[in-house]
Amino acid sequence: MLRRTASALTVIALAAGTATACARSAPDPADAARSRGPITVWLSNNAQELQWGERMVADWNKAHPDQRVRAQNIPAGKTSEEAISASIIAGTSACLVFNTSPASVPQFQKQAGLVPLNDFPGGAKYIESRSGSLAGQYRSEDGKYYQLPWKSNPVMILYNKKLFAKAGLDPEHPKLATYAQFLATSRTLVRSGATDAAIWPAPSSEFFQSWFDFYPAFAAESGGSSLVEKGEPRFDSPAGRKVADFWNTLYREKLAPQELYPGDALADGKAAMATVGPWAVAAYKDKIDWGVVPVPTSDGRPASEIHTFSDQKSIGMFSACKNRATAWDVMKFATSEKEDGAFLDATGQMPVREHLASLYSGYFAKNPAYKPFADQAQREVEVPNVAGSIDMWQAFRDAWTRSVVFGRQSPSSALHDAAAKTRTILGEY
Amino acid sequence: MTLTQSSPRAATTRPGAPAGRRRGHRRAGIGTLFVTPYLLYVLAVFAIPLGYTVWISFHRFYFTAPGAHAPSPWVGFANYRDVLTDPVVGRSFLNIGIFLVINVPLTVVLALVLATALNAKMPFRSFFRAAYYLPYITASVALVAVWQFLFGSDGLVNHALGGLAPDPSWLVNTHLAMPMIALFVTWKQLGFFVMLYLAALQNVGKDLYEAASVDGAGPVRKFWSITVPGVRPATTLVTVYAIVTGANLFSEPYLLTGGGGPDNSSTSPVLLMYQKGIEQGHPDFAAALGVVLVVLVLAVSLITRKLSERGN
Repeated sequence: MLRRTASALTVIALAAGTATACARSAPDPADAARSRGPITVWLSNNAQELQWGERMVADWNKAHPDQRVRAQNIPAGKTSEEAISASIIAGTSACLVFNTSPASVPQFQKQAGLVPLNDFPGGAKYIESRSGSLAGQYRSEDGKYYQLPWKSNPVMILYNKKLFAKAGLDPEHPKLATYAQFLATSRTLVRSGATDAAIWPAPSSEFFQSWFDFYPAFAAESGGSSLVEKGEPRFDSPAGRKVADFWNTLYREKLAPQELYPGDALADGKAAMATVGPWAVAAYKDKIDWGVVPVPTSDGRPASEIHTFSDQKSIGMFSACKNRATAWDVMKFATSEKEDGAFLDATGQMPVREHLASLYSGYFAKNPAYKPFADQAQREVEVPNVAGSIDMWQAFRDAWTRSVVFGRQSPSSALHDAAAKTRTILGEY
Repeated sequence: MTLTQSSPRAATTRPGAPAGRRRGHRRAGIGTLFVTPYLLYVLAVFAIPLGYTVWISFHRFYFTAPGAHAPSPWVGFANYRDVLTDPVVGRSFLNIGIFLVINVPLTVVLALVLATALNAKMPFRSFFRAAYYLPYITASVALVAVWQFLFGSDGLVNHALGGLAPDPSWLVNTHLAMPMIALFVTWKQLGFFVMLYLAALQNVGKDLYEAASVDGAGPVRKFWSITVPGVRPATTLVTVYAIVTGANLFSEPYLLTGGGGPDNSSTSPVLLMYQKGIEQGHPDFAAALGVVLVVLVLAVSLITRKLSERGN
């Protein structure tokens, strides 16, 4: 009896497994590339982006009733990348995701989750004509584009003018250009009791946190270097060490806390400065009176020479998409000059386009607060588009938290160790 | 007395045997019907995933989109070698060791003492029982926020301690982060273990306490000589359960110490599995780590069970 039951259960389990395997079916790439019809797109949950996305989709649907687009929020997860990765494996991803992180593109590519955009007639040409010289950073190692660089949030230093004034500092002309000035200003802010922290980036160990402390400062200090270039880590260098020492001083002197703030420290008045992109303009509009300056460098370079991290997001087309011809047309529609202008207008985030400031000069004349971000958008550094990207960032972050944040190792030796580990990772992939 | 008891085997030799056998088969069929949903559940969410995990742990593997043909070559023990030589894995097991050394004895002692107190006649007994149980049924996320408010650098506890507050503070101190998590989990789960002990205490005969009182035993003597041995099976259950749940620690280091910080001093093996398998895309490494964890937890649980039942 028991044996019969076990056999029956095995059959049921096998049937269930087969059914599950069948559910994970993929569209034929050749058919899908020609096919038109309804598609789904995922948008980030940023309120302004949603507003733009829903309007853009409505406009498309009005003009193309036979190829309707359905807009949804990216499914909930700790990060968008985890939700997207899970959907790739399950074969349930949307055709287009308007919030694809370039750092995750190599992993999604390895999972066979992305459609190369070069496969569409004029695909590469469209990307390069829209983004100009910036496009090259988004080409994968096989020479193809698996993402359309969409919008960036060049990271700058946003500061709370009220807290600066409270500390007796000039809020209109803050001294934040050199490391020495930044540290002196930070000491005044904290020691005067105006604020708990001068600046409060997340000190936690998630691989992407370095994009908001180390990487903008490194891009500025190195004159535009990426974490890895030509197969070699670039951070174990004088520029990398200066940046690490600078942040280590902030942590050591308790100008930047070692604890994660459970909320928004800048909005809550707990920190006087933050590393943010232009998305913050709308977010902080009614909360603080703010000013913005470029990321500091050791010698205080002029703003026109300073590079920073782009905090860019791309549009990805995913392999579960059955109507890829429609998806490609929607991609171009959503990134046309007109829609990019509408996106800028709605969100303040910068479309990855050449000559952005002159192309939308009317917008920047009306909204001068965004002009520094538009200028900065011409000098951005992206995360390296190489296999093993996340492993490398994690190795770097582990070294950073150990040395710079918690002081358990000297920053220079930690950078040296992280560089060695990065070489190993690059060799493995 | 013994004559009236007939064994099932004896019953099959009686003249009415075929009808009895049919009844037995029918009852077995109904039994099978009742256990089938649970068996299917165990197969679907435990046995098949565990088997698949073991398979993944011996292959170079990553998750792909449907229809993608990614090679998954056999790599023998390579994933296990990577796991066992990774210093962060070593650190995570050490952290769990620290956690268990603090959490398990504290849980057993506090739960038994509190259950004994709550079993006695006292005013507001129901209120106290509910109060101890409340943290167990409250979401970890909410409780973590309370602990961050209490033990943050700028928290209430540090304000009260003034110059005696640790530097770095509790949750970002490499020596204190894991003990803090152990204390948090002990407090959170205490209500559940108190309930287990309360249930066990109902089976300890009152006549034993009365006899001990007649013999002149005080409350401490009665506790050691009657209560502790009387609830020994429950102690085994509490110990093994505390070890198993402790070894599977995830939410607390994920939420309370910002993902296993500072500098991995509160990373747990399960958190590391999540980071490696989901965040960093190495399910083969995560699978090998999972298998190692299962084997270790099984071994520790078995040893604990043997030790705690030795006196029975």
